[in-house]
Amino acid sequence: MNRTTAALLTLALAIAFLASLLLPWASLLDLFGEDRELATALLVELRLPRAALALIYGATLGASGAAIQALFANPLASPDLTGTTSGAALGAVVTAYLLGFTAPIALSIGAVAGALGALALLLALAGPRAETATLLLSGLAISALAGALTTLALALAPSPFAFYDAYDWLMGSLVDRSLAQTAFAALPALLTMILLLRLVRPLDRLALGEDVAQSLGHDVGALRLQVVCLTALGVGACVAICGAIGFIGLVAPIFGRRLTGGHPGRAILPAAAIGALLLTAADLVARTAPLGRTLPIGVVTALLGAPFFLWLVAHMRWRLQS
Amino acid sequence: MNPMLEARALSLPDRLHDVSLTLKTGELACLIGPNGSGKTSLLHAIAGIGAPSGEVRIDGIAPRTVGPTERIRLLSFLPATRELRWPLLVRDLILLGGANSDEVAGTIAALELGPVAERRIDRLSTGERSRVLIARALAPRPRLLLLDEPTANLDPLWQIRLMTLLKARLGATGQAALVAIHDLDAAARYGDRIIVMDEGRIVADGDPAAILDGPQVRQVFGIERAGNEWRPVV
Repeated sequence: MNRTTAALLTLALAIAFLASLLLPWASLLDLFGEDRELATALLVELRLPRAALALIYGATLGASGAAIQALFANPLASPDLTGTTSGAALGAVVTAYLLGFTAPIALSIGAVAGALGALALLLALAGPRAETATLLLSGLAISALAGALTTLALALAPSPFAFYDAYDWLMGSLVDRSLAQTAFAALPALLTMILLLRLVRPLDRLALGEDVAQSLGHDVGALRLQVVCLTALGVGACVAICGAIGFIGLVAPIFGRRLTGGHPGRAILPAAAIGALLLTAADLVARTAPLGRTLPIGVVTALLGAPFFLWLVAHMRWRLQS
Repeated sequence: MNPMLEARALSLPDRLHDVSLTLKTGELACLIGPNGSGKTSLLHAIAGIGAPSGEVRIDGIAPRTVGPTERIRLLSFLPATRELRWPLLVRDLILLGGANSDEVAGTIAALELGPVAERRIDRLSTGERSRVLIARALAPRPRLLLLDEPTANLDPLWQIRLMTLLKARLGATGQAALVAIHDLDAAARYGDRIIVMDEGRIVADGDPAAILDGPQVRQVFGIERAGNEWRPVV
């Protein structure tokens, strides 16, 4: 990634963050005229957490997706397609509705444990260098299992309103999160990204094959463990606060690699920036779409991401045939 | 004079059994043996792949005790599989091996990869791809080259060019190479020494002509030399 691209990405991130904070601006401007204190509260208590969560969650999904794709040497590996987000959602639901712990820290621990379990199961089922079909089928099976268990946990929950309560969250939502909740997602997510960035070189070298990476002095087993634990930590912490959001972790690394000449490890940073941009844009669409109510953000990312995924599969098939 | 490579009691479970070996500066040793005899396992064990037991020293330094930056200058391993999943550019892929841009440019020129240097590796022919991966292994000029079937997929001209280039380079730089190879005549022509492996052990080691005419090749491969040809032992 050259300096111009980095500068453009930074500028785009700054504009997206400001747009997320200030749009729609008319109501905010009116409120500033009437009650300055209330307007400031609206900006700081409501819009700031939402804008910050969109940036942080998007960046985490982008960086985690890039790291998982580099690890599995597969452009279709991503937190949602590997079952990581579904596992995290299951962990959070079990913690909140069956075990009764609803504090953000408990939800985070539950979600991280769920994400770790899903990734460990994937590694056991598909192996570390899985073929695309094996990887997708294993991820699908884990997602389906985690989804079914999440529904079961909600059905068995003591609260009769569990399904209704959890629906918005399960579809992914950045609405009405507090600054404290934002911090609970942001701190593990930032830690994840900083530590993932330290793995850029070994993940790039993994592109030469596991044997060559090992011969160059990289401990591939330790690398695998670090990527699995770090992505589980980052994605789990974000899912605990904002629910499961799909496709960003698949799409952002693909664009990220376009900026790094295809280097899978170096793509982590641009993928984080692109993930943050995409989720912020999706949130703006969710908030400003003229449908009379706010859409669940997971629906927006799925509506935009699923056609991209289909294009990707068709593109890969076409390349295999040619 | 101390040997450049000292490998002692190398073992990998079920594949390699207590193998010791030394190589001198500038030496090209060819590793021969039937499929499954342990050639790749020996290269793996020296390269530190798959948690081998035993001791390896290159110029007195144990590779496992140094980080990637120093290790790149000690040894380089070319695997027999030429599979690559990421469509990197040729020059970028060679750079990933740890060589600096001058070394990469020199290796690209030596292996005549200039015309494809800015192309994606997945758009190249199998032979060109092999040359790129060989360039990745050669570019950092490590003290020891561990090459698993480097001439596989290359056309006859490039097989000769590569082995000639390798031999000249070892003579000029004092690097050493351990090369697993199936072509016995090429092993005799280019090797300073031939090492025969069978069932995870070294069964013969010495002068190429003596080894190829000796009893081990007959026993291990079930073939023997008749004039310029090899034929099955009847």
